[in-house]
Amino acid sequence: MTAEVMDHGLEARGLGCVRNDRQLFADLSFCLCPGQALILEGRNGSGKTSLLRILCGMRQPDDGQLCWNGEDIFRLGPEYHAQIAYVGHRDGVKQDLTATENLRLARGLGAPNPAFGIDAALDQVELWEHADSLARNLSAGQQRRLALARLLVTWAKLWILDEPFTSLDSLGIGIVESLFANHLAGGGMLAVTSHHPVSLNDADIIRINLST
Amino acid sequence: MLRFFHQLGSPKHFYRIAGSWIPWLAAVCGLLMLYGLYQGMVVAPTDYQQGDSYRIMFIHVPSAWMSLFIYVVMAAAGAIGLIWHMKLAEVIAISSAPIGASFTFLALVTGSIWGKPMWGTWWVWDARLTSELILLFLYLGVMALYGAIDDKRTAARATAILAIVGVVNIPIIHYSVEWWNTLHQGPTVTKFGAPSIDIRMLIPLLVMAVAFKLFYLLVVLMRARVEVLERERNARWVRELVEAP
Amino acid sequence: MSTASLNRAFALLLWRDLVLALRRRTELLNPLLFFVLVTTLFPLGIGADPALLSAIAPGIIWVAALLAAMLSLDSVFRSDFEDGSLEQFLISAQPLSVLVLAKVVAHWLITGLPLLIVAPLLGLLLHLSGASIGALLLTLLLGTPVLSLIGAIGVALTVGLRRGGVILSLLVLPLYIPVLIFAADAVASSGAGLPITAHLSLLAALLVLALSLSPLATAAALKISLS
Repeated sequence: MTAEVMDHGLEARGLGCVRNDRQLFADLSFCLCPGQALILEGRNGSGKTSLLRILCGMRQPDDGQLCWNGEDIFRLGPEYHAQIAYVGHRDGVKQDLTATENLRLARGLGAPNPAFGIDAALDQVELWEHADSLARNLSAGQQRRLALARLLVTWAKLWILDEPFTSLDSLGIGIVESLFANHLAGGGMLAVTSHHPVSLNDADIIRINLST
Repeated sequence: MLRFFHQLGSPKHFYRIAGSWIPWLAAVCGLLMLYGLYQGMVVAPTDYQQGDSYRIMFIHVPSAWMSLFIYVVMAAAGAIGLIWHMKLAEVIAISSAPIGASFTFLALVTGSIWGKPMWGTWWVWDARLTSELILLFLYLGVMALYGAIDDKRTAARATAILAIVGVVNIPIIHYSVEWWNTLHQGPTVTKFGAPSIDIRMLIPLLVMAVAFKLFYLLVVLMRARVEVLERERNARWVRELVEAP
Repeated sequence: MSTASLNRAFALLLWRDLVLALRRRTELLNPLLFFVLVTTLFPLGIGADPALLSAIAPGIIWVAALLAAMLSLDSVFRSDFEDGSLEQFLISAQPLSVLVLAKVVAHWLITGLPLLIVAPLLGLLLHLSGASIGALLLTLLLGTPVLSLIGAIGVALTVGLRRGGVILSLLVLPLYIPVLIFAADAVASSGAGLPITAHLSLLAALLVLALSLSPLATAAALKISLS
C-alpha cells in the first residue's frame, strides 16, 4: 500500500475489530475500486459480518480507518450512506407490507435510482406478479429476492451483502449473479460474504480470507 | 503538561501513575476526615434549636453534595469518552456510578436519621430527600444498563448516553419536585434556617466536603485501575505485570 | 440531502408505521385496555368513596397513563430491530434523528392519542368534575408526546437486549416524574378552581425540550445499540 490517498472507491487502512474481548481481525488493508468485487471468506465467527458492518459505517472499527473517495466514512455520514446499499443477515423486509410498499420505503430512504423504478426492479428479480402481495405470503427465497431488489431502487455505487444467496434456489442465484455482473460492468462495487462460490466470470475480484 | 495528560490517557501509564497516587491520597483523605469529624463532633458548638442531633449534617450534607457532583462527573467523563473515543474516560465514568450511588444512599440514610428527631418520623416527603431518592433511581438505572450489555465498550457508550440524558433531566426533576413539595406540604422546616452559619460549624463542614472529594478520587482511581486491568487483560503489559515475581 | 427528500422520507416512514399498525389492529387496543384496567383497579383496592376517588383521580389516571405509555414503548423499535429494518434506517441517506422523530410521532398517534379518547370516561368513573376532565385532556395532549419522546431514548438503549423490559422501566420511569408532577397537579388544581396556565406552560416547555433533544439522543443510542 502506498500512502497516497485514493480518489475513487473504498480504501481500508489497518482495520482491526475486537468483539467481546476477542480480536477478530487486525491490520486489514485493501482498496476497492469501481468495477471491483471484494469477496470475504473465512470460518464462522471469523468476523465477516462485523467487517461488513464496519464497511457500512454501522460499527466503528477498533483500529484503522475507512475512506470513501479519500474521506473518512464516519465524517461523511449520510453522504456516504447515500452511496451504499446493504442487505444483511436479517433482510429488512417488513412482513406486513406488500412487495411494492417495501421497495417504496427503501427508495425513499436512499437516493432514488432514476434508471430503475419499483416495477422495473421487481421485474428484474422476477417478483412482478407478487407486487401487491404481503411479504409474509412470499416464500423465503422470494423474500430474499425482494430484499435484493432494494439494491436496484436506490442509486448506490457500493453494494454490501451478507450471504446474499441464503435460501435462494439455482434460478434465484442465477438472477442475483447477473445483477452483480451488470452492477460491476457499470462501474459499481461489491463487497460480499458467501459460503456459496460466487461466479463472476471475468470480473476483477479481490479475495480476503479472515481465517488466515 | 500536555505530555502528562497524554500519558495518563494510555491505560498502562494510567495504571502506574494512579498506583503511585493512591497511598498519598489515602493518607491525606484519612487525616482530613479525622480532623473534620473531630471538629464537627467535638469542637463545633451545640445548635440552639436542634441540640446535638444536627451534627449528622457533617456527613449528610457532604454526601448529598457528592451524590450530585459524581453524577455530573460521570456524565462529563461519558461525554468525553463518546466524543473523543477516550477509553480512560469511559472507565472513569462507569467506575464512578457505584460510588455515586453509595453517596446517594448515605445521604438518604443520614437524612432520614436526621429527620427522625425533627419530624418524628423516619421518612418525610421533603423536597431534598425526594430528589435524592430519584437520583438514586437514576444511578441504579445507569448501573443496571451497564450490567445488562455484554460487550463492555458498547455498555460504556450506552451508559454515557443515559448519564447525559440524566444530567439534562436532573435540574428539571429537582425543580419539579420542589414545586410539588411547596404545593403539597406547605413550607417545611428548612435545614439551613439561619442565613449565616457559625464559622465553627462551617469549617468542619468544608473540611469534610474536601475529605469526601478526596475519598471519591481515591476510590475511583482504585476501581478504574481494576477496570483497566480487566479490559486490557490481553495486552502484553498486563501479562508482564501479572507474571512478574 | 435536500429538504424535499428529507420531508418525503419523514412522511413515508410515518405512513409506513401507521399502515403497519392498522394491519395489526388488534394490538392497537392493548395499551388502551391496560390504561382502563389499571385505573379501575384503584377503586376496588381503595374503596368507592366519591370524595376520596375524586381527590386521588388525577394521580391515578396519570400514573396509569405513564405505565401504559411505558409498556407500549417496546413496539417502537422492537420489530424493526428483529427484521433488520433498523439497520436500513441507520445507513439511510437521511439523518437518523429525523427518521426517529417520524417513528416516535407515529408511535404517539397509535398509542398516545387514543388515551385521550378514553380519559374522559375514566374521569367520570372516578368522579372528576367537568373542569378537571378538560384539564386532564389538555395535560394528556401535552404530556403523552413527552412520554413517547423520552421513552424512545430508553428503548433505543435497550433494544438489543434480550430482557430489556425491566431495565427499560428503571431507565425511563424516573425521567417521567416531572411530567407526572406538573400534569397531575394541573388536574387537581383545576378541580379546586385554580388557574393552570403555569402548569400547561411548563408541560409545553418540557415538550419543546424533548422534541428538540430526544431524537438526537435516541439516534445516538440506536447507533450504539446496533454497533
